[in-house]
Amino acid sequence: MNPITTAPPPTLFTPTPDNWKLAIMIGLIVAVLAMILLPPAVSFWSVGAMAAMVAASFVVNAYRRYYYGGLLVAPAIAVLVVMNIFPLLWSLGLSFFAYQSNQQTIRFVGLANYIKVLADELKAPENWANLTNTAMFVVLTVTTQMIMGFLLALMFAKQFPLRKYLLILVLTPMMLSVVAAGVFFSYYYDPTFGLLSYFIRIFSGQQFILMDNKAGAVAGIVFADAWMWSPFVMLLVLAGLVSVPKYLYEAAAIDRVSGWRQFWSITFPYIRGLLMLALLFRTIEAFKMADLVILLTKGGNGTMTISYHLIRIANEQNKTSEGAAISYVMLFIVIVLTNLYLYIANRRTVEPAHE
Amino acid sequence: MSETASMWEKLGFRKASGVSEAGWGQTLFAGLISLIYFLPVLLIIITSFKLQTEALAIPPKFIPTHLFGLIPDAYVFTPTLENYTSVFSRSMTAGAAAENTGFDRYFFNSIVIASVSVFLALIIGTLAAFGFSRYPLKGNDTYLFVILTTRMLPAIVVIIPVILMFRITGLSGSYLGIIMLYTAFNLPFTIWMMKSFFDELSLDVEDAARLDGSSDVKVFFKICLPQVIAGLAATFVFGLILTWNEFLFALLLTGVDTRTVPVGMSQAVAGGGIGVLWGLLAAIETLFLIPVFFVTFFLQDHLLRGVTFGTVKR
Repeated sequence: MNPITTAPPPTLFTPTPDNWKLAIMIGLIVAVLAMILLPPAVSFWSVGAMAAMVAASFVVNAYRRYYYGGLLVAPAIAVLVVMNIFPLLWSLGLSFFAYQSNQQTIRFVGLANYIKVLADELKAPENWANLTNTAMFVVLTVTTQMIMGFLLALMFAKQFPLRKYLLILVLTPMMLSVVAAGVFFSYYYDPTFGLLSYFIRIFSGQQFILMDNKAGAVAGIVFADAWMWSPFVMLLVLAGLVSVPKYLYEAAAIDRVSGWRQFWSITFPYIRGLLMLALLFRTIEAFKMADLVILLTKGGNGTMTISYHLIRIANEQNKTSEGAAISYVMLFIVIVLTNLYLYIANRRTVEPAHE
Repeated sequence: MSETASMWEKLGFRKASGVSEAGWGQTLFAGLISLIYFLPVLLIIITSFKLQTEALAIPPKFIPTHLFGLIPDAYVFTPTLENYTSVFSRSMTAGAAAENTGFDRYFFNSIVIASVSVFLALIIGTLAAFGFSRYPLKGNDTYLFVILTTRMLPAIVVIIPVILMFRITGLSGSYLGIIMLYTAFNLPFTIWMMKSFFDELSLDVEDAARLDGSSDVKVFFKICLPQVIAGLAATFVFGLILTWNEFLFALLLTGVDTRTVPVGMSQAVAGGGIGVLWGLLAAIETLFLIPVFFVTFFLQDHLLRGVTFGTVKR
């Protein structure tokens, strides 16, 4: 669809704004010189300026060549590389060293951290147990959220009086700060002055302690998390549901298609993508669950998650590199899982995504 | 099309596509469910008007009036605004004079940091999503997957390199640093979300516009963007909510001047060693809830309008 230009590519030494090869060369030279000669704070910014120059020449080049894809994506990639990917690679590097953030020494140990985390007789069983707990939380919370969110979305998919005001009530839990939500759930679950135990005491006459066994503790955490994040699923599903063109339903009504069939062949294709997105992001977030566990049980009664364990190791015990190793094991698991999701999602697509 | 104009159309509401009508019966049902769902938040709001002794009373005092003698004394509390004033100024040690707690500053910081970073992420992310959707690069899916990967690790892993990086560059404790970090934090979701909306649009209208001589820039602004308003609104709301309540990065990377409310809140909860001050915490949370609540409320119409512009589906 774009006109193909036949402008000759610039040779290496023509100083035009779109000559990115020249820009990279100058950038590299200045960057290396700056890193050797200047103090770190100054050299960081001059290297940054050089990177910006190279980026600008890429932009001009791409624009002249109608290479819009690269142009549009570049700013996002740049921000992510500086703020996310670079620190991630840094901590990946740290996972191969023996390093503690409260000590000055750093020593290369190869895969020793990973071996310690995965196979050490003392530490590995704990890690595996935490990982199993995390998997349990992921399955329980994500399933609950998907079901609750979907049902809530179905409830709000119709137009009815006051819908707007009721919907905002359901969305509110998501807006709470997790600190406040967690602290207040511990207040509701409290055996002496909590509401839950108060109401149960009315019926059973005995003091009720939710958190004193594993099932109760897990249920308490899962409930709080599902309550907070079901609105997220609901909103995504709802956005899909209201985007279904009405004439499809009208046509189906004329053909007397059953409700079940209508759902699978009309509604579902419209919400499949958004359902997948909700599933993906909730699974990723559930894998990282730590805040609620810290606030509600402090990891007791078999509710320790790998993410909370990681915070303890990396933050409280300052074992930076061991923490990095654990998190990369986690990353591996999440990547396998998401690829599985995406594979299933793409396989189910009947028509290919348009190019 | 229905023959009779509904109450909504009479009132000037445009009917969103695919949304069918239901009456007050549905309102009653949905209202019941919504209220049950809202109950824990309602209890927080009620607690914010109680003194500490009333907050811990058994049986719980849950209503501020007697309702003409219907409710027994044990369940009634006297509402007070003391918690709200002590959010902003209270005596830190017993017997000392009241001093400024700095929460006015924290609220200002939260608003600036969250809104700027979410807007930035929305602009950059929407452009990128459009690029990924309409002008696929070589290895498009790989880029998208790597972008998603950045959200997969717990924040604690990234935090140590980021702290070192910020210390070297002098960004720690500055607005610029935390805003950049939050922009990056919001980008993956923005890109994935907006891409799924752009993917849903029909290409026919765009192609027709191009044949009529519209430039690519014009096609983006005049045809694609208006169709994804719902997506933009939803993404903005999600980004705002996540950034608004983000805790770990804020705890470790903001200075005294740039501290946000969640950090201040956790300090207020922990402070004093006399247990949680329930009323105070509830008051902070209630105040903190108000801005997001209203932003969400006003964006809701867009959120639910759906794609009504071009429904010539592929």
